[in-house]
Amino acid sequence: MTDAPSASHLSEAPADPAKGTLRILQLYPREMNIYGDYGNVLVLKQRLAWRGYGAEILEHNAGDAFPADIDVIIGGGGQDSGQVVIQDDLQSIAPRLRELAEDGTPMLLICGLYQLFGREFRTHDGTVIPGIGVLDLETRGGTERLIGNVVATSEEFGDIHGYENHSGQTFLGEGVRPLATVVKGAGNNAEDEHEGARYRNIVASYLHGSLLPKNPAIADFLLRTAAERRFGSFDADGLDDSLADLARRHAAERPR
Amino acid sequence: MNPLPVLVGKAVRIASRLRGGGSALPGLVVERLDPGFMARALSTLPRGVVVVSGTNGKTTTTKMVVELLEGQGLKVFTNRTGSNFTRGVAAALLGEVDWRGRLTADVAVLELDEAHAVHFVKLVPPRFSLLLNVLRDQLDRFGEIDATTRLLERIALATTGTVVLNREDPRVAGIASSVTTADVVYFGLDASLRSTFPNDDELRGAAGTAPASALPADVVLRSVDGKSAEFEADGTVTRTDLRLRGVYNIFNAAAALAAARTVMAGTADDDRLYASLAAVEPAFGRGESLVVDGLPLELVLVKNPSGFRLGLKSFDPAGCATMIAINDNYADGRDMSWLWDVDFDSLGLGGVEMVSGVRAYDMALRLKYDDVRVGAVETDIPDGLKQFIGGSAGHPKRIFCTYTAMLAVRRELSKITKVEVVS
Repeated sequence: MTDAPSASHLSEAPADPAKGTLRILQLYPREMNIYGDYGNVLVLKQRLAWRGYGAEILEHNAGDAFPADIDVIIGGGGQDSGQVVIQDDLQSIAPRLRELAEDGTPMLLICGLYQLFGREFRTHDGTVIPGIGVLDLETRGGTERLIGNVVATSEEFGDIHGYENHSGQTFLGEGVRPLATVVKGAGNNAEDEHEGARYRNIVASYLHGSLLPKNPAIADFLLRTAAERRFGSFDADGLDDSLADLARRHAAERPR
Repeated sequence: MNPLPVLVGKAVRIASRLRGGGSALPGLVVERLDPGFMARALSTLPRGVVVVSGTNGKTTTTKMVVELLEGQGLKVFTNRTGSNFTRGVAAALLGEVDWRGRLTADVAVLELDEAHAVHFVKLVPPRFSLLLNVLRDQLDRFGEIDATTRLLERIALATTGTVVLNREDPRVAGIASSVTTADVVYFGLDASLRSTFPNDDELRGAAGTAPASALPADVVLRSVDGKSAEFEADGTVTRTDLRLRGVYNIFNAAAALAAARTVMAGTADDDRLYASLAAVEPAFGRGESLVVDGLPLELVLVKNPSGFRLGLKSFDPAGCATMIAINDNYADGRDMSWLWDVDFDSLGLGGVEMVSGVRAYDMALRLKYDDVRVGAVETDIPDGLKQFIGGSAGHPKRIFCTYTAMLAVRRELSKITKVEVVS
């Protein structure tokens, strides 16, 4: 799998999307996609299409050349073994990712890649796995796994609904803000009330479910930011999110 | 030995069946009174114990292995009720043993849940194990699929005779390297079929990333078309008709053939094996077909992305009214993320008439993002089913449902049609 010359094109952009096309890059879909992370990519693609924009979905897998002109980056969760496989490649593209992050490229980082975008992951037995240091946070391996439905609340995006399943516990440094405050569930760790992290245009979170379908406000934040950077404006014609609202309402009533 | 625990267990079994209650309670009682009961009853079987485990297809595969071995003239004990925990095995045993706790059978073929199998094999080391696959399933219970792999590995390590492994699943095939005492036999797929049965790493991203396997397989599924399939064993390709629905069952048929041939240790009558296989009917909820208003209604159990994908691929939606019922109870898995690992494009043409279950709105939202039309959403399953049946009169019907949703659907259907009672 290291002989692929460049990131592969998964879908052809529409021939002439009236309002232009955004390029969405999914990081390590092979190893880091364990909890329906593709759902996040699909939601961005469809919310663009429904508004008359095109979406070109690209993948970056270990060994690929990192593509140019990326508008949005999506990273998902993986198993411990998957994180080992991507480790070297992630370090090799870290300077690019850091540059894009500082420049304001919108990114969504879930679970495993949320952890690896931090400074380090200190495992249960004391091994230190270096992160890429884009986000000022660190993660420690815990003895208990934090699993279950989560409701968190934020000023920026309102209530956020999702599902967590992680043993690493993440603690935020001064350089990032929490994404939200946990109302139900654990979030970043078993000690404070924080869930996820915000930095420039990066949204990082432990929540899948997938995250974006039931949280369209976050999806539209990523798209608006990307479109304004690329085209100078974003035509956010109101989409009907009544199904997402109902799914949120029912999810909120479910047991942990 | 003291026959009392067996007699008490049998009495509890009869009482709980009269009550219509759970099938595992008598097993619990006998386990408490006589912890050695199960190991003793199973240790005397001439051909030993076969454990079937893996994340997908255990029930149907176990049923196939049982019927293949019965076709070879063996008397087979199995946990037919689908109670795949240790205590379910003990409960099933109580129904079969005599008052002294003795089992008259040649071999036991037992379906065991991955986690419970580890406990079981400590009590009863199996002579054979058949390990099917490790696909993402119940991650909210086991955490990671690599953790599930380690559970299956412990079953393999406890096996005294032969371990039968899926060559095409890298996690399962990898178990061979840690097996030291038992022999290893594989079942596999023709290279042309590998994209039809993606392993967990191939669910997303480039298909067919791993090179074709060089491991020799005892039985290989060569081709599948509609109602028949070709299998190769000992260099001979045999075409056989199948009553089983669903391509996922047909790959597991190769697994069952390999396991049965292994148990028969070179004495299998292959013609009879294929004849038995052709006669196997689907298990409870695995493509089971009922009749409503004179037209077929099919129930398809879906509980993880691979199962749902293969279920959609196996059943042509043309001309059929479709309902999907998704619950998130403990037995279903609480996390809805898995719905996003399934492509629903194949339902785009006909749409879905009814989406029901506790998480109906999560499902409807999923379909919306694949541009699949949804007729109606009703979280209450009895109401949803009533509307679905009333609204699609004159059409054959198909219902995809999670485990507890299926129990609810069957309960409602039993009021209007004949539904086999599964104790």
